[in-house]
Amino acid sequence: MYGAGQRFYFPLVASLLTMRGIVKTFPGVRALDGVDLDVAAGEVHCLLGQNGAGKSTLIKVLAGAHRPDAGAITWDGDTVTFGSPHAADAAGIATIHQELDLVPGLSVAENVVLGHEPARLGFTRPRDAEKIARRLLTRLGHPEIPPRRELGDLSAAGQQIVSMARALARDARLIVMDEPSAVLDPEEVRNLFRVIRELTADGVAVVYISHRLEEIREIGDRVTVLKDGRTVARNLPARTTPTADVIRLMTGRSLEYVFPPSTGEVGEVVLEVDGLGRGTEFSGVSFTVRAGEVVGLAGLVGSGRSEILETVYGARRADAGEIRVRGRALPRGSVPAAVRAGLGLCPEERKTQALLLDEPVMRNVSLPALRRFARGGFLGGEAELADAGVVTAQLDVRPADPRRPARTLSGGNQQKVVLARWLLHGCTVLLLDEPTRGVDVGARSEIYALVRRLAGEGVAVVLVSSEVPEVLGLADRVLVVREGRIVHAGPAAELDEHRVLDLVMEGADMTADGRPTAGAGS
Amino acid sequence: MNEPSPTSEARAPEAPEAHPPARPEPSRVVRLLFEGGIGRNMGLVAVLVLLAVVGVVTAPQTFPTASNLLTVLTSASIIGVLTVGVTFVIIGGGIDLSVGKVMALASVWATTVATQSFGALVMIFCALAVGVGAGLINGVLIAYGRIVPFIATLAMLISAQGLAELISGRRSQIVTDPVIAAIASTRILGIPLLVYIFAVVIAVGWVVLNRTTFGRRTFAIGGNPEAARLAGVDVRRHTVLLYVVSGLCCGIAAIMIASLTTTGSSTHGTLYELDAIAAVIIGGTLLTGGRGTLIGSILGVLVFTVITNLFVLNNLAIEVQNIAKGAIIVVAVLIQARARRSSTT
Repeated sequence: MYGAGQRFYFPLVASLLTMRGIVKTFPGVRALDGVDLDVAAGEVHCLLGQNGAGKSTLIKVLAGAHRPDAGAITWDGDTVTFGSPHAADAAGIATIHQELDLVPGLSVAENVVLGHEPARLGFTRPRDAEKIARRLLTRLGHPEIPPRRELGDLSAAGQQIVSMARALARDARLIVMDEPSAVLDPEEVRNLFRVIRELTADGVAVVYISHRLEEIREIGDRVTVLKDGRTVARNLPARTTPTADVIRLMTGRSLEYVFPPSTGEVGEVVLEVDGLGRGTEFSGVSFTVRAGEVVGLAGLVGSGRSEILETVYGARRADAGEIRVRGRALPRGSVPAAVRAGLGLCPEERKTQALLLDEPVMRNVSLPALRRFARGGFLGGEAELADAGVVTAQLDVRPADPRRPARTLSGGNQQKVVLARWLLHGCTVLLLDEPTRGVDVGARSEIYALVRRLAGEGVAVVLVSSEVPEVLGLADRVLVVREGRIVHAGPAAELDEHRVLDLVMEGADMTADGRPTAGAGS
Repeated sequence: MNEPSPTSEARAPEAPEAHPPARPEPSRVVRLLFEGGIGRNMGLVAVLVLLAVVGVVTAPQTFPTASNLLTVLTSASIIGVLTVGVTFVIIGGGIDLSVGKVMALASVWATTVATQSFGALVMIFCALAVGVGAGLINGVLIAYGRIVPFIATLAMLISAQGLAELISGRRSQIVTDPVIAAIASTRILGIPLLVYIFAVVIAVGWVVLNRTTFGRRTFAIGGNPEAARLAGVDVRRHTVLLYVVSGLCCGIAAIMIASLTTTGSSTHGTLYELDAIAAVIIGGTLLTGGRGTLIGSILGVLVFTVITNLFVLNNLAIEVQNIAKGAIIVVAVLIQARARRSSTT
């Protein structure tokens, strides 16, 4: 029907996939409330929307994991219902999830062919599997990933590549990519885009989800915007629709980032890090942070920035160096001591490192400050609920019921819950690791405002972020980390995005598994 | 937010054990029962009622009598106390396979001729100390030695069995101390003392699990140990304490079984750990930790005990009884999985 590489910018062309009026209700939540989506063969169709807009639910409907309550799906001209993930898979729909669904204990090749193992008479043929894996990895620009390597040994980015190879191995006609760039560094994102272009040239359709508008401009053909479970705009041209329009559609607001101005007033030195080192992760790291100051750590995934933060917090034990808070040295490798000294950490991975997903928001917020609500070890007053209600209301956590399980909140609101935890506990040094990853535009601005407000109240803040504009916009001072060392330290005002990227990338060795260690940590 | 009504006391609690999204506030008593796990365990309550009906029909003379009810509670009491400890460990993300044999070891240690010569208080202290000591070893091996709980407590099961046999010379040691011997035969208001002990252990366990920082942290480290650690909870120390709690329950149960059988023996408690774990599981506690109720575990114990009672009253073979138990475990877990699916996602 369509020639390779053709592009479609008009809503009325025949689609590979058409979804009309999709409704999906969960108890208490109408996650999808009439979503329309058209995807044509050979296009990159971007799905935009704030957290909680319904993107994840839509993907799950598409992948056969959820059955819609109402609505029609047309696939390649036929009306279908994907009753199970297997049905969607058989139709040629592959999904690369945000949380990777690979088996860490199996080899790279075994993961690539998982569920479709080449076999003869019931015996698997590992050679064939390795051949397939090698061919696909080479096509993805990563011939250096050994097919026999155990998957768990690869970095997060390496695993993402394997996940893509797996989608390719199934000859998918539609590949859904849920924030694929979140764990990749710029070079790998470029590589990803090259692969996407090759796929679409072969007539494969890609549904691409990302919070980064600049990526959508670069790779996308058409854009569908979701808000509150509905499609608010369909098939907008990705390159020419003004950013302001897109943002307004997503939020009803018209500004992308608002970095509140720094007051520039800083107090005495609160945190001193002196010659900190840990194995091959980083060494000779020294810096100080003053009360009221925001210090940003810029660096690539795997540069050691998250490891530095976690070591300062005592979650990893330092081999060398000293950490002092208000002049007092912290014992190495003790989180409870760090918390007592006034440190707080919002870790990189919200779901696995920060939240008790099945517990109510209230208990997530009160966890470090639990002792305050207990008398002789006994809990039971209303103060806990009341105080949790106050801080979550301050941060505008929605829905505004601290008794809801944390699992039911969107990503942005979950992040606010983690921040509320330290707001309630109170801390003199706040360590933020990727505080806006997977967080929508609206919640971002609120988080920026909060960080500034806390600094204004005299909290010393250390910020790690992959997004250079965020580091530059929020921090007073920037430390650039490369390969486990601080290669630059200076006021944020003296740097711009290009300069930081130069410093970050200079001489960096960027292979998928040749890097020091994965940024995602243990 | 639905604040508790102003007429209720200032310390009105917020559903800590079952924490569904906000619902209309029922009366305080109903709320307490619900958060205590009755609400979550309606299935088990239904099974108990069903078993009671079966009992009334098949053994109308013997089953629905006060003395039979007390027999059921008494025989539930020892394994029930063990189950309280195991519930803590499982909610905290671990498992304790050693409870039956640690109880046996404690009963043997407390009833040697030498120990008995010091009197009842020393015997009780000795049983509790053996339980706590074994729990401490389990906990340290797991939390600081990083041995998988299944392996560490399996090793404890085997060595506790061996040590108990070594100390007793594989003979049952007769309890000669009159105070210990009297525990099982004492009745207050017609109810055996063992049942009171069981009730007190449940009550204390419930309060600790649902009303203290200790209990809250138990749920936290069972639900997401890394998140608990990064929030400043001393996960390793807490893990040790969980196994100490379980060991303490073994010590208490050891005194009870020594009194009931008037012996200390290495053969006590064989396979009790499996019954205790099964009771916890059919009581709705996740084997992976982080979610569960103490009341559910107790209901699980009662279901098993009532089944045994029914079979004894109807003169049925023990083999058939075990088949029924296995079936009940599967059915209860299936029902609960279904109920959970319809209530959450």
